[in-house]
Amino acid sequence: MNDPSAVSPGPLPTIPPLVALAMRPLPLLPLQLVLGGVLQRIHRRNPAIFDRLGAHARARFGIKPIDLPFAFVVEAKPPRVSVVRELTPGLDARISASLANLLALLEGRVDGDALMFSRELVIEGDVEAVLALRNTIDDAQLDLATELSSLFGPLGAPARRAFEAARGHVIGSSGQGEQSR
Amino acid sequence: MMELICPAGTPAALKSAIDAGADAIYCGFNDETNARNFPGLNFSRDELRKGIALAHDRGAKILVAINTFPRASAVDIWHRAVDDAVNAGADALILADIGLMDYTARRHPSQRLHVSVQAAAANPDAIAFYAENFGARRVVLPRVLSVPEIAEITRESACETEVFVFGGLCVMAEGRCSLSSYATGKSPNMQGVCSPPSHVTYEQTAEGTKSSLGGFTINRFGVSEPAGYPTLCKGRFSTAQGAGYIFEDPVSLDATTLLRGLRDAGVTALKIEGRQRGRAYVESVVRHFRHALAALESGSEADIASLKPFTEGQASTLGAYRKTWR
Ligand code: SF4
Repeated sequence: MNDPSAVSPGPLPTIPPLVALAMRPLPLLPLQLVLGGVLQRIHRRNPAIFDRLGAHARARFGIKPIDLPFAFVVEAKPPRVSVVRELTPGLDARISASLANLLALLEGRVDGDALMFSRELVIEGDVEAVLALRNTIDDAQLDLATELSSLFGPLGAPARRAFEAARGHVIGSSGQGEQSR
Repeated sequence: MMELICPAGTPAALKSAIDAGADAIYCGFNDETNARNFPGLNFSRDELRKGIALAHDRGAKILVAINTFPRASAVDIWHRAVDDAVNAGADALILADIGLMDYTARRHPSQRLHVSVQAAAANPDAIAFYAENFGARRVVLPRVLSVPEIAEITRESACETEVFVFGGLCVMAEGRCSLSSYATGKSPNMQGVCSPPSHVTYEQTAEGTKSSLGGFTINRFGVSEPAGYPTLCKGRFSTAQGAGYIFEDPVSLDATTLLRGLRDAGVTALKIEGRQRGRAYVESVVRHFRHALAALESGSEADIASLKPFTEGQASTLGAYRKTWR
């Protein structure tokens, strides 16, 4: 279980434009397979996880990290992630924020409303579906380092340490909330 | 020491509130019987039972809000909610409707009752009515009173008083606002949701964001201007005198600096609004007030983090507690 401490509600770092540019030619399929595997695993372990989505269980959510050259389309029923260069029309809702903010949201380390009030998170489309998704994720208490390292079998422990270090780098300390004063 | 009453919209938030030092957590069922009936929020019967077990294990209390007004022909839904909350072991029920209070007092005479803010009990006579007729033990005061008024009411009341110290503001006499009904057909009083997200749209334009509710434009925010949820009473109006907020600004209540006055006024419990907010909010705001209360007790200076990032519009107010208008 992840440490529920909130990270600083101040702005989190963004991916430098040069790094994003270097990522542009990368193939998307490997990332899609990894993320799809993680989502399936989370769902297998806790089949009731998406119950909170209620009537929005079949919604298609477009997630756009504003500092990356690709985006995600996420569906809960059946659990599926597609990695795409651009979000296409026809999605139920779109959520855009920096990668760091999206990851912190996923782990419940930042408050979605606070990000919206400070304009670091932009929502378009079905606001009710987005709220249902936000509440579902917030209750799930996800720990991305644990989820990702589980894909590494016997190398899980060192992989987990590596992911924790990467998380610390991207979304800040995983220790006590370093709130702004 | 005054009790700290904290919100939880999910079992995970309930656990965060306990970890952060809540004395009691208030929550509701995932239906129209509670005034925060948002999608993906609230507790199933099973989740409530488990939440109560966890809280009791950790020395905290659970208050179950059943604080909307029963619909004619569907009163059973509210009666069932009361029965289930009592059977789950709730420490208190937070009720707004007198019919429901009557039902609870008759059916479950030993169950502790709190009068919800939605009942708008704002004077000693109204409070005495709830105490004498239904045995209510505490009243959550509406957010329209100043600290001296709270002191006077507390002095004259047989009930304990609980007041809001942080979170969203509802500026009308609570439980009596029909703005949301008018614009969307759904109200906090009946369906448990003011300005429901199903009717919200955010439109991104070159000038910034336009927020609407049920087709009514509520606000436009410039690209770098702090934003707010399009709650109906927080609309910005363009008039010949310029643009501005008429009923309420998009700000949050923060009464951290008034804790001493509230304690001296005889207030029993302090309530944090925000069952619709995430774990990070619950964790940070509860910890903030836990530290502030400890500092108040020890007479030391509180060295506590600012809650500004969690406030709507990135701004806070003392609301009616310090009145500059009337
Ligand atoms: S519109 Fe404003 S005053 Fe009316 S119920 Fe909603 S928050 Fe309260």
